[in-house]
Amino acid sequence: MRIPTWMMDSWNWIDQRTGASATIAPIMDHHVPRNAKWWYVFGSATLMFFILQITTGICLALLYVPSAGEAYQSLIHIDTEVPLGWMIRGIHGWSSNAMVLMMLIHMCQVFLHGTYKFPRELTWIVGVFLLFGTLALAFTGQVLRWDQDSYWGLGIGAAMMGRIPWIGPEVVNLVIGGPIIAGETLSRWFSLHVFVLPGFVILMVGLHIVLILKNGISEMPEPGAVVDKATYREGFEQRMKTSGVPFFPEAAKRDMIFCGLMLLIVIGLAFFVGPFGPLGEPDPTMINTNPKPDFFFLWIFAILALLPPSIETYLILASPVVIVAVLILLPFISNEGERAPSRRPVAVITLVLLVTILAALSQLGVTTPWSPKMDAWTSDTTPRQFVVGRSPTELQGAILFQYMQCRNCHELAGIGGQRGPELDDIATRMTRDQLIRQVQQGGGNMPAFGKNLDSAQTAALAAFLQTLTPDGEHKAVIPAVKGDYPDWN
Amino acid sequence: MCDCNGPVQDCGKTTRRGWMFRIGTGLLSIGAMLAATPIVGYVFSPAARKFAESWIDLGSVEKFPVGETTLASFRNPGAVPWDGYTADIPCWVRHIEKGDFQVFSIHCAHLGCPVKWFAQSRLFMCPCHGGVYYEDGSRASGPPPRGLYEFKYKVIDGRLRIDGGRLPTLQQSP
Repeated sequence: MRIPTWMMDSWNWIDQRTGASATIAPIMDHHVPRNAKWWYVFGSATLMFFILQITTGICLALLYVPSAGEAYQSLIHIDTEVPLGWMIRGIHGWSSNAMVLMMLIHMCQVFLHGTYKFPRELTWIVGVFLLFGTLALAFTGQVLRWDQDSYWGLGIGAAMMGRIPWIGPEVVNLVIGGPIIAGETLSRWFSLHVFVLPGFVILMVGLHIVLILKNGISEMPEPGAVVDKATYREGFEQRMKTSGVPFFPEAAKRDMIFCGLMLLIVIGLAFFVGPFGPLGEPDPTMINTNPKPDFFFLWIFAILALLPPSIETYLILASPVVIVAVLILLPFISNEGERAPSRRPVAVITLVLLVTILAALSQLGVTTPWSPKMDAWTSDTTPRQFVVGRSPTELQGAILFQYMQCRNCHELAGIGGQRGPELDDIATRMTRDQLIRQVQQGGGNMPAFGKNLDSAQTAALAAFLQTLTPDGEHKAVIPAVKGDYPDWN
Repeated sequence: MCDCNGPVQDCGKTTRRGWMFRIGTGLLSIGAMLAATPIVGYVFSPAARKFAESWIDLGSVEKFPVGETTLASFRNPGAVPWDGYTADIPCWVRHIEKGDFQVFSIHCAHLGCPVKWFAQSRLFMCPCHGGVYYEDGSRASGPPPRGLYEFKYKVIDGRLRIDGGRLPTLQQSP
């Protein structure tokens, strides 16, 4: 294909005045290691999704109304009435998830390959800023959805801020833009999401790329190829001259293939699955809600349920500081030496542990076994095998068991809440006296029901619980008084 | 001898160039500070705002049956017209005996999720992390570090009024 002369002339005219090709050519031609292959595509994919976020974000800003009274309706309008509005929201949502995912994989690769070592320390540190900038964009974006999850999610964030010593209340009011979550809160978070944070991330992306161009793309780690400050730069530059390949098109072609594939997946998800929410209207008086964050924050949600209350405040306040400090200090703690994962067992084990912990916590965040199942007492009926053949007192206990919302925290035959232990075989573990004590006084994370049940009700409940033994298993007894229990054989 | 061609070098004596540079720096600094004052004040003002007591009407005392705990809601006293749904704040009203009330914030003391009242077991339960409270608002079990937040209330001319409008957190009463 020949480019028409008028086009070439126009380009030359612009180029002579801007020096564009003199700026772009070294970037396109700069040499990258020959062995930089499929491991190196994740950073490019993150950037591509960020550009997609900006583009679709501008589209959404055309119609989104950042007003607490109208944001929800404007999203419904975009979803249902604007041609392809649902698709733009779908792409923005799925692409944000993809951006976080690509960024995390990129970060794991950089960590695993020891790429953060000399002379790329600053590239890593800027990357850490990008990590927090991107996560902040994800969280603020979730707030702009302005549905029930968003409203109560803000409340959770505010409650965490409220624990900061001395200035907690002031920080809360600053973050929510007033004494309570309302109109000013959304405006504040809107300007963070569309002005402050994207500006910050654009700046950091620029710096990240400048640093990459200055220090070059790292080679694939080889066991024995140690980083030594005295010789690394010279050796790297020499190797790039002799065995490097130009970034465009040699390395870029893999980026293009991978980015193209990822783009197809995100567009496909947006098309077939559609946009995220908005879920319920952000009406605080509708309290039958079970707020949950988006998936990349589920692990925090899980930690907050599992921490012992006595150390919770300290961990909520100290751990972000520690995490940021460790990430920023990492390239100084380990600055030279081996880069190959096979020679860095501690790094590999650390990464495997971190990924496992985060995945396990996220999984728990999906199932939330610590939450009472608020409607179990009305929706999960007592399974038949637990009522058949029971005496009237025991049946009265079974009714109380349901009526007093015990099912919200206790499972029978695997149905019900998981906050407390499953009670299918409780009679094999606790005697009648222990059951009565537990019901009346509570303890071990169970409320006391002493004030709410009279003695006849407690006795009926204990009688029912005493029937909960699997076939052929003994009931719990106190050995010293074994003679008192005729069914002990 | 020294070279006085640089813009800032004053070589121990005051040159016209040196003066202009200093005046430029000074004027810009004063200007920047004058511009920064309203910007910082504007952005940070919510942190410093003081809130006056406001006795918000929850309705006639008759609305709340004695011995029961019921959901009520009130209009945020600082509401602006574009608050929409969020101007209405829910709370739990416990009418203990004639004229004796407890008004609880809906927010769990753990992390602020909305607690729900279960009249049968006489417990408040939180859907987020499993905090549970007794009917008097005291902590029963789970992660909350304290009982439910309580509003100050008054009964004036047969109407229940509370002092509210602030998001309660561990160091800020509702």
